[in-house]
Amino acid sequence: MSKTVELPRWIDVGALPLLNLLLALVVSGLVVLAIGENPVQVVEILLYGAFGYEEAWGYTLYYTTNFIFTGLAFAVAFHCGLFNIGAEGQAYIGGLGVTLAALYLDFLPFPIMLVVAMLAAMIFGAAWAYIPAYLQARRGSHVVITTIMFNFIASSLMVYLLVNVLRPEGSMTPESEQIAEHLRLPFIHDIAGALGIEMASSPLNLSFVYAIVISVMVWLFIWHTRWGYAIRTVGANAVAATYAGLEPGRFIIIAMMISGALSSFVALNEVMGVQHRLLIDFTAGYGFVGIAVALMGRNHPFGIFLAALLFGMLYQGGAELSFEIPTISNDMVVVIQGLVILFTGAMEHMFRPRVTKIYTSWRLRQDAGEAA
Amino acid sequence: MDTFQLIILLLDATLRTSTPLILAALAGMFSERSGTINLALEGMMLGGAFSAAAVAFYVGSPWVGLLAAIATTIALSLLHGFACITHKGNQVVSGMAINILMSGLTALVGIALFAQGGKTPALDKGSRFQPITFPGADAVQDVPVLGLIYSELLSGHNILVYVAFLAVPAAWWVMYRTRFGLRLRAVGENPGAVDTAGIGVVAMRYRAVICSGVLVGMSGAYLSTAQGASFLQDMTAGKGYIALAAMVFGKWRPFPALAACLLFGFLDAAATRLQGVVLPGIGEVPVQLVQALPYILTVILLAGFIGRAIPPKALGRPYVKER
Repeated sequence: MSKTVELPRWIDVGALPLLNLLLALVVSGLVVLAIGENPVQVVEILLYGAFGYEEAWGYTLYYTTNFIFTGLAFAVAFHCGLFNIGAEGQAYIGGLGVTLAALYLDFLPFPIMLVVAMLAAMIFGAAWAYIPAYLQARRGSHVVITTIMFNFIASSLMVYLLVNVLRPEGSMTPESEQIAEHLRLPFIHDIAGALGIEMASSPLNLSFVYAIVISVMVWLFIWHTRWGYAIRTVGANAVAATYAGLEPGRFIIIAMMISGALSSFVALNEVMGVQHRLLIDFTAGYGFVGIAVALMGRNHPFGIFLAALLFGMLYQGGAELSFEIPTISNDMVVVIQGLVILFTGAMEHMFRPRVTKIYTSWRLRQDAGEAA
Repeated sequence: MDTFQLIILLLDATLRTSTPLILAALAGMFSERSGTINLALEGMMLGGAFSAAAVAFYVGSPWVGLLAAIATTIALSLLHGFACITHKGNQVVSGMAINILMSGLTALVGIALFAQGGKTPALDKGSRFQPITFPGADAVQDVPVLGLIYSELLSGHNILVYVAFLAVPAAWWVMYRTRFGLRLRAVGENPGAVDTAGIGVVAMRYRAVICSGVLVGMSGAYLSTAQGASFLQDMTAGKGYIALAAMVFGKWRPFPALAACLLFGFLDAAATRLQGVVLPGIGEVPVQLVQALPYILTVILLAGFIGRAIPPKALGRPYVKER
């Protein structure tokens, strides 16, 4: 075999994902061309829709918040070698926790309620992730299949609950009662307004700040705690972890429960922050986007933040796009999302051999130059 | 309506609802038996359903639509293979990517072509698969028991229903009685040994995913040109995952998978009929529970409570040839 040089870190975590992302966007551009629209114009509208005015920023960051949560959720499980496809269901059930807490404990003052609601979301989300985790750890059933199944079970369960149990009397729409006014998360524009800063109103609320705090906490957890180290060890090599005295099953369960808890925070943003009630399918695919976000962000909280921002932009810009160009619907964003997952996730190794070859020959030539 | 007639009608509906599941489950089996996880069934089915309906609308023939569906799903299979087999990418991620991609792409192209909110135009009689009436079905209708079974249950389905049921023994024969099947199963269990025997692992796996594409294409075409008369956005509604569940439930074997598909199809058919029915002693059964039953059963099976489901050993592992 020919001599190769190890790729430096900036190529590995920076240039290669960017190259793959670029390819995904180029193919998306071809799709736009194929359906008879102008890709340049599409990009312009997309960018304007996402960042062009103050309100757009608010929406972009509001979507970003959800993607940070689900991206982190996928990443934590992934560090343990697990594919948590179930963020969608876990977020959904987490929403049930938040709603129940807010509806039945509405006498609590806001600060206490906030903590209670967070705990309720975490417990519900983690509990929903616990079953697949337990089954994987103790009975060997594959977490990918079980979490997919649990998404569907959650969906059926929630339809049942919303139609038969939580629906207020006399209402025809399957959604819960509104949560009390004083229990809602403040909008960023309200906070800014109270501080004397004029801001366009948008669904962006306090949970965005919380998402950033959580990102830092996840970073600390994964790279600077004993459990985080154990989770990464199990993920890297479960057999070696066993010889090192770790019990993989235990950390599989821990990682999945943390993952479920992180997914459930989507409900904080959606139920407590924006909708103020439990809606059918309020998770709207955020759980699946989380997979793309985590893969693109290389499972690092900072990368996840950037990737979440990109998808927040695509979501908000895509909404503007479907408004401006009738032949392009929101589905364009779904297509881009699929291509991003395909190229940055499934085909991440596609360019590696070529890039390694180019880099190697460049290095060898440089070394030769230095020697001469 | 007497009970017997009710049962016959329910079984009749079961055959119709389980047909797409059977084809897709067999598709999943071919791919997974060769070692490639096929989570992309849902997306491929969607792509197949769209191509079939769109082409059948333009050409006016369901057969050409079927060919278009198969061509589409083979292309998607090759894409999946390119990511998983050639580039050793993550098979789960590739499958999810194809599902998401097709969910968006079918709607997007649908809007661009037909401007009907992602639907395809309704197909007329000639562009759909029509029910086939068996000889003498009408004549024997009034014969007690057997007459109804023959005329209602066995006769009167479209060709794809019969194809699906014939595909099961055919798949069994290919899998267990041909050299191709033996090799296919072997690459899923021990690719190293197959390689040592001088058979190309990559080529075998590609052939397996192509088989998978052919079957899932028929499944998609069935949805839009046989059972329905047009493509609707996200019309598969999780059937791809149900088929996957049925395949796991059937322990990656054709006949048990058929049984699982029939069970899941029966639950589906029953869910529609059970709406609002109060069962003695149980009360009203929530439709949502019946709908969730396939998923719940699969989870219970996977947990090993109803026998063990052991997947092919090399499933999910890309083959790296040692140098």
